[in-house]
Amino acid sequence: MGTRDCQHICGESSPAVGEAGKTGEWRDSFPVIDQEKCLPVRQNKPSCFLCWLYCPDAVISRTIPIKINMEYCKGCGICAQVCPAHAITMVHEEEFCPNGTD
Amino acid sequence: MIFVSKKIAKKASGWILDGNHAAAQGIKLSRVQVIAAYPITPQSPVTETLSEFVERGELDAEYIAVESEHSALAVCTSASIVGARTFTATSAHGLAYMHEMLHWAAGSRLPVVLVCVNRAMGAPWNVLNDQQDSISQRDTGWIQIYTRNNQEIIDSIIQAYKIAESVYVPVMVCYDGYVLSHTEMPVDVPAQKDVDRFLPPYRPHTILDPANPKNYNLVTLANPRVNAEGVLCHGYMELRYLLQEALQNSRETIIRVGQEFGELFGRSYANMFWENRLDDADVVIVAMGSLAMEAIVAADMLREAGHKVGVLGLRVFRPFPKADVIKALKKSRLVVVFDKNISYGLEGATCSEIKSALYGSSVSAVVRNFIVGLGGRDVKARELVDAVNKSLLSVKEGDLNKEYPEWICDI
Amino acid sequence: MQLMVDTIEPVAFGTRNDSFLRLAESQKYHLCMQDYYEIRWHGRGGQGAITAAKILAQAAYLEGYQGVTAAPSFGAERRGAPVSASTRISPQTVMVVSQVEDPNVVVVLDHTLLKYEEITSGLVRGGWLIVNSWRHPKELDLGGDFNIATADATRVCSSLGLIVAGLTVVNTAILGAFIRATKAVGMASIEKAIRARFPNREVDINLAAIAQTYEITKLEKIR
Repeated sequence: MGTRDCQHICGESSPAVGEAGKTGEWRDSFPVIDQEKCLPVRQNKPSCFLCWLYCPDAVISRTIPIKINMEYCKGCGICAQVCPAHAITMVHEEEFCPNGTD
Repeated sequence: MIFVSKKIAKKASGWILDGNHAAAQGIKLSRVQVIAAYPITPQSPVTETLSEFVERGELDAEYIAVESEHSALAVCTSASIVGARTFTATSAHGLAYMHEMLHWAAGSRLPVVLVCVNRAMGAPWNVLNDQQDSISQRDTGWIQIYTRNNQEIIDSIIQAYKIAESVYVPVMVCYDGYVLSHTEMPVDVPAQKDVDRFLPPYRPHTILDPANPKNYNLVTLANPRVNAEGVLCHGYMELRYLLQEALQNSRETIIRVGQEFGELFGRSYANMFWENRLDDADVVIVAMGSLAMEAIVAADMLREAGHKVGVLGLRVFRPFPKADVIKALKKSRLVVVFDKNISYGLEGATCSEIKSALYGSSVSAVVRNFIVGLGGRDVKARELVDAVNKSLLSVKEGDLNKEYPEWICDI
Repeated sequence: MQLMVDTIEPVAFGTRNDSFLRLAESQKYHLCMQDYYEIRWHGRGGQGAITAAKILAQAAYLEGYQGVTAAPSFGAERRGAPVSASTRISPQTVMVVSQVEDPNVVVVLDHTLLKYEEITSGLVRGGWLIVNSWRHPKELDLGGDFNIATADATRVCSSLGLIVAGLTVVNTAILGAFIRATKAVGMASIEKAIRARFPNREVDINLAAIAQTYEITKLEKIR
């Protein structure tokens, strides 16, 4: 019943989504996208995608509209910083849940 | 849950400190003159705090920034040889990187004091506690002192300078990373004037001085040779003999210094290990570092269950107190040694030392070895209790000799 | 090192501090020195759970408990990630160095952490769960045979302006709820510990946060 079944003899692992756990749990504020301001949406063609490029956790999709995987988004706010159209705002979880609704 | 042992009751001084800050206070009180260290987890706060002391003018010392641990100890040995009291601190890979210089410091008989904040060695990477790092350096000719709590850290550092500068052997003061280094607990910080009374200024055995030129550590071949003045001088082996002799004889100094410390500060260290209820114990737990505290809790639990259990908490690992160990274990029937380290292919290092001490003595106790707490694995008192019970049972069933240690882990 | 001050400087009590002083007086004789406390703190990296664990240990030591320890959970800590810390308080020297398994008090600095089961894991029967939450303990809807205390420390801190880098810092405030629920240490000791740990300019606001949180703490005891 021990750990031998993994059959490793050194500390190995494969790069995979979730290696560091559900990092979305670290978030205290999260990105809210105003789709109307987002350039790819507005132009309806692949363009910009700076948020996709800069996201250090690669949780933003290169799609129209962009999607953010909130299970792993740590809420760092880099996407909001780099967005040239100011389409992304960081909202504190507390503010998003008025009167403490979870 | 049993929480306390009345035997280690201390008077309140008011403040609590973590191990790293206790160490830094001890260094400051020892009026160290040259500090060189390289940051590494979990040691970094020691040297950060010392750099602040120096920056604020609270400690009159040279703080020398270096690019590696190897250089840090090279700076300390060089400064020591020109007459400065020196200090460095490190952990794990940093200590391993110092390995060569550890030999140089001991071989040159320089009383450098080094703090090793015990941390596991890679691979794989781990920043948490075990004692593999300092145990791996046991054959470098350094005195090694292990501490159980933060009070012992500050006290042992102050004593380390007095010991090192008396016997001209470098001293490594070791304490468990995180378990002590990052845990705050009550610490009585001695007054500077009392430490000044206790610790005289450093007097080097030899000093490099342009006014009185000397060569130091030249190539020294196997046999003795006659020098330019016609004096027959040591060969390499004679110098090595003297280092061993110094460590063998240092026991007396360690105990005397510990006793003097007790007379001045009310906390005696006139011992090579801490004894807890050994008088009537037929089962003895051996542990080193903070684990020796948890072991006392385990022994209390076993006492409640009707077993006569005591704890031998090793304080000085080098020189190893063979004769004292034999005396302390005289009544024991079963000795259970817990090691936070392992000499791969054999067993835990302290277990080997205990066995070697008992060889040829009148003590015929069964010795059991458990490897625990590697890489920061939490070691609970109840796990120590289980291990002792398991050993008692297997001995009862006639299993007197195990070739290899048992491990408390999930394999 | 803030801790090594030899003398405690005289206090210039401002208006915000009066309530703290009154509390310190009123609870002088009502301390509850039980055998020991094993306290586990839960917060997020950057919220100051470890500092709170240390301040409480320091205060308890000043209070006269001979054995105190305060430790972070060992390992890497990252801003925003759930972190824990522990404080042990005992009338005699604490010999246990292993991590807290069965706390009799759990303090939660961030109510969003309540969704994780490990928060209340091991919390002993009759122990205290203390949560920074605007809700009444009954509304937390937590099963379990432990007492619950809640206080909206976040609101207290934002109204006082106890905000660092845009975030309310509730780690000291929640000590008010801890004291109200457990009576383990007195306000005077907490004040001494705060003074030793913080620069002078930050002392008053932290003391006020503690006092105000003490006042608004709601307690719900199991029967």
